[in-house]
Parts: sequence; structure tokens; C-alpha cells
Amino acid sequence: MPETIDPVYITAYTATSALGRGVGDHLAALREERSGLRNNDFTHVPLTCAIGRVDGLEQRALPDAFAAYECRNNRLAWLGIEADGFLDQARAAIDRCGADRVALLVATSTSSIGGTEEGYTRLDGERFPADLLRSAVHTPHSLGLFLEQLLGTRGPCLTTATACSSSAKIFAQAERMIRLGIIDAAILAGVDSLCGSVLFGFNALELVAAEACRPFDIRRRGISIGEAAGFALIERQGAAGKPRLIGWGESSDAHHMSTPHPQGLGAQLALEGALARAGLGAEAVDYINLHGTATPKNDEVEAGVVARVFSARTRASSSKGWTGHTLGAAGILESTVCLLAMEHGLIPGTLNCAEPDPVCGPQIALRNESADVRIALTNSFGFGGSNCTLAFARGVPA
Amino acid sequence: MNVLEVCIEGIGLWAPGWPDWPSARAGLRGEAQANAAVVTPSPHLLAAAERRRAPLPVLLACDVAAQACAASTHAADTLASVFASTHGDLVITDYMCSTLATAPRELSPIRFHNSVHNAPAGYWTIAAHCHAASTSISGWYASFAVALLEAAVQALADNRPILLAAYDTPSAGPIVDVSPAACAFGVAMLISPAGDRRPTLGLGLHEGRADEGLMMGLPAAFNELAAANPMAAQSLPLLAALAAARPASLKIAAGAHSALAIEVRA
Repeated sequence: MPETIDPVYITAYTATSALGRGVGDHLAALREERSGLRNNDFTHVPLTCAIGRVDGLEQRALPDAFAAYECRNNRLAWLGIEADGFLDQARAAIDRCGADRVALLVATSTSSIGGTEEGYTRLDGERFPADLLRSAVHTPHSLGLFLEQLLGTRGPCLTTATACSSSAKIFAQAERMIRLGIIDAAILAGVDSLCGSVLFGFNALELVAAEACRPFDIRRRGISIGEAAGFALIERQGAAGKPRLIGWGESSDAHHMSTPHPQGLGAQLALEGALARAGLGAEAVDYINLHGTATPKNDEVEAGVVARVFSARTRASSSKGWTGHTLGAAGILESTVCLLAMEHGLIPGTLNCAEPDPVCGPQIALRNESADVRIALTNSFGFGGSNCTLAFARGVPA
Repeated sequence: MNVLEVCIEGIGLWAPGWPDWPSARAGLRGEAQANAAVVTPSPHLLAAAERRRAPLPVLLACDVAAQACAASTHAADTLASVFASTHGDLVITDYMCSTLATAPRELSPIRFHNSVHNAPAGYWTIAAHCHAASTSISGWYASFAVALLEAAVQALADNRPILLAAYDTPSAGPIVDVSPAACAFGVAMLISPAGDRRPTLGLGLHEGRADEGLMMGLPAAFNELAAANPMAAQSLPLLAALAAARPASLKIAAGAHSALAIEVRA
């Protein structure tokens, strides 16, 4: 088992998703049990499903100085990073620490592939149209290139792309770099946007529900895909009231590219790693934001792990019914849900789950609950059997 | 940045004409010629059926990763790993985008799940029966430098060996104009905290530019590889220094404004 780690502080964070822009919109929607999902109005070829779409991206071009990075995913990053004053706080940290002491760790599943898809719909003979002959939007690292230009960081800058675990894994990456002393702060960004690849790709795998997703419901039929941008500023030191990352665990299923290990071996290893690094037992956990995609297999396996490991005192839920599955952005978006749960004493329920699958233990919260949440976990699992669990602790009032 | 000290316990390499690190090392020293019969990587780790079906990046990454493990004392099923690619699988990107533009409902489910950037890592962990952590990254034309740095960070943070595999494969369709790559090239390194073993690398990230003329003096075949594959261009300067087995200092691109300074101690 890994050794315990010193906590690192989350000194600023924000999220933008179908629930709105910034943590205020997210908290309000969670409290009101109001979903951000709508019927698919994104694809030109009809596809019956619900989506979590962020409004206004079509009208909000990047500033001229960043025209080389123009695409939906970078627009979403631009919309999201200005929410809650995050951009100013990130720049203040760069001034405080020095640009070379701040890492820019970004995460995405499909990055700017929407721009590449668009190129194929407007081919000029066998070539992209002139306005899409921009290399910086046809790379998995497009988000990192754009944000590095915007922020001016000079520390390590790289994209983690491990499908739906991507933006959870950058928290672990930041902690390792801070622990080794190569940086003092890290700006984390997880951004994934709607595109044909994921909507028709998950549809081809028969993993998309025709209706809004119903995590852990006995009648669940698959995911609803959403888009989101989440940001966090991680620092070695922070004020007493700031929440902390206290543990992380990463593992591989080594089972199948797109189906979880049947006994949840990888999920269990990630969970054990997070608890060991936090120096906590399962009984200390107040809330778990589950991966809870609403595919039949994911929820069955994940509910089994929760029922085996935790007592009924630990509350657990999936917030996918609010936001949809935001893929590479899910880890950081759902970390935000954990931070809100701790700050406001709110256990979000599992929206759209009317009748829980019998495999669920008593831990699964169906409706919102009020509780004192000091320790929260979030699970993120991706294709390729990539698993990550994060552990957070509430800030202690000074 | 403070310098990270690691050692290399094993190296794997595959490129057209160069099926492994010993042959490429001899070639980099000017002591051997490319073998024209070497045209496709064929990792024995994968079952025969998998070898026929798997996308080229999977074959390439698994081949070099297995070589690096075999050259070390570590079993593949215990190793945490860092996979890196400049572009990802552009043949699948071309297939996905052209199908989406014409018949989106006919998209292949298998090719969709193979389209994720971490597909080679997924197949590797399955084939190696490895439950350790694995990550997959890109830093565009700085992918090799940031992957080497990430592998060193992981090795030192948790005091364990890390398997690094970096690769790119040929581009296809209209993407060739914006993300060019004409041949396959992969390299793997088994990275551990520096001890008594050699060679060691001292790694430090700095604001500034990469050295100019990093490929000067290398045999023509390797300059051709660097021109044809972005991961070859990014990694061959370090590989040439390792092949020479002499102390060396070099700076390779680690981003638009930064370079990774590498001190090689043979």
C-alpha cells in the first residue's frame, strides 16, 4: 500500500456545464434537483437521446489574439475559465509563484476533434478548407496550447487523455509534482465538448439511452453525453478554510477496452490507493460522488464495490442525471460537486433514479440530503480500464 | 526547476528497418545498416488474433514496451506506465471523421473504442495483466520531453520503476496537411530513480529554446526518420547520446517556450 501524502490545497475552482456557468449555478441546480439535460438538438443527423449542452458557445468566438485555437472545445474553456474570477486567481498565483513554478495540467478525451470533424464536412477537394488549415486545432494538446498562450505559464504543460478518467488523474499529477518540489502550484483544466465522435461513437456501442440517463435505476439504459469545463488551482499552501486534496488512487482494469472488470477489481484498487494515501479507513468517508454513468454494467460493478466496502453511514450518489456524462471533464466537474457538498453540507441525490437496482446498497442517496460532509471521494473510470479515485477534505475554519 | 535524477534500466525501439534498440544503437553509431525486411512491429505479447486486428499504434507501443521490460529486471505485470503520442491514431481519426461526415450511424463500435488516446495503454495493460496505474499524454511536438519528465516525476514521487512508451504512426487523409507523419516510430524506456546503475539522466525544465542542430552528425537514415515521424524527431537526439555511451548535455523542446535540459551520464 502507498504511504500517506501531505495534503495540497485547492485555492480556487470553478465549473461550467449544462447546469450553468460557475459554482453558483451548479449549487442552485443541485439544491433544486433541476437537471441540465435536454433532448438532443446538437447533431445534424437525428439521434434520439438527451444531452448536457452549454448554451451560448456558438455566439462566443475566441478573441482575435487566439484565432489559431478557434473551436468549440477551446470556446468552452474560454467561457469556463472566466467564471468565478478563476482566470484572475490563476494569474495572481502565476505572479506570486513565478511562471516557471506553475504547471498547466490539462485533461480532455476528444479535445478539439469537433474542429477536425467540421473540416471533413467542408472539404475543398481532398483538403481542409483554408480556415481549418490550423494545426493547433487538430491535436490532442490543442486545449493545452490555447491555455498556455492565455495564461503565460512556463512550468510543465501537458495533456492527459485517458478517456473518462482524464481530469481526475491531473489532480494526482499535480500532487506528485508539488511533492517533488518542481512546482509550487498547478492550474488544472478539464474540458470536453459535444461532438459527433462521442455521440455517434457511444451510440454505436449501444451505450446511449434514448431518454435522460437514470444512474443506478433498475431500468437504466445508458448514458447521456454532456460537455463541461472545470478548473482548479492547486497549491502547496493555502488558507485554513480552503479544501484539500488528501489522497488519490490510480489503477488499470487489465480486462477490456470498453467494459469494466466484472468484479470491479480496478475500481477497488483505485479506491484503496486513495484511502491509503489519505491515511483513512472507509468509515471516515462521508460522501462519494460515483462515476455512475447509467450504463447497465458500470453501475452494477460500481454499486457492488460501494456495497462491499462502505457502511450505510457513507452516502453515495451519481450527478450524471444533472450534467450528463462529460467524459474527460467528468473528474474535475464531479470534484467540484464534492467541494460544494463539503462546503454547503449537501449530499446530492441521484437524479432520475426512481427504483434502485437491487445490487445497490443502502449507501446510494436517491434524493438530496443534508449532512456534515468532511471527507468526500469521487470516482472516475475510463475506456482502456483507466480508473482514478480522488479524496478531498473540507477546509477547516481559521 | 530542480533537477530530477533517474536511470534508464531498459530501452525498446521500433522503426522501419530497425526492429529493436540494439540494431538502432548500432545504426546510430554508424556500425549497421537498416534491415529492409523490417516493415511492421509484431509484439509477441499480443495473441495472434489481436496482432492481426489491433491498430498500428497498439502494435508499435506494445512492441517497444515489451522490449524495454525485457531489457530490465522488471516484470511487465508490475509496472506503472506513461504512454505518449504527438498525434494519436490518425488513421482512426481519418476513419471517424470521414464516416461522421457521410454516414454517422454506421460508425464502427470497435474503431470508436480504439480511437481513445489511451488505446495502446489499454491493450498493453490487458496483454501484460497489469493492474498498475497507466497514463496517456500528449504535448504536441513536445510530447517526448513532457512524457520523459512525467515518467521521472512518477518514478521519484513513489520510488518505483516506470515504463515510458512514446510513438507516432502515419497520418492519413486530409489530416496529412496539418499533422504530418509518414512512417511509424516508437521508443520505450524503463525509468527508475537514479542509483548505482548507468546510464543516468539529470532532467530540468527551463524557459528557453531547444538546442539547434540536434540531429547534426547522425547517419542519414536517422535524419530521414526524424523528417518522417514527429516522435523520432523528438527522441532521436537523446537516443543518439545514449547510443554513443558518452556523457552529453542537450536541450530538447518541452513546449512553445520551454526546453528540457538533459544531462546524460553514460
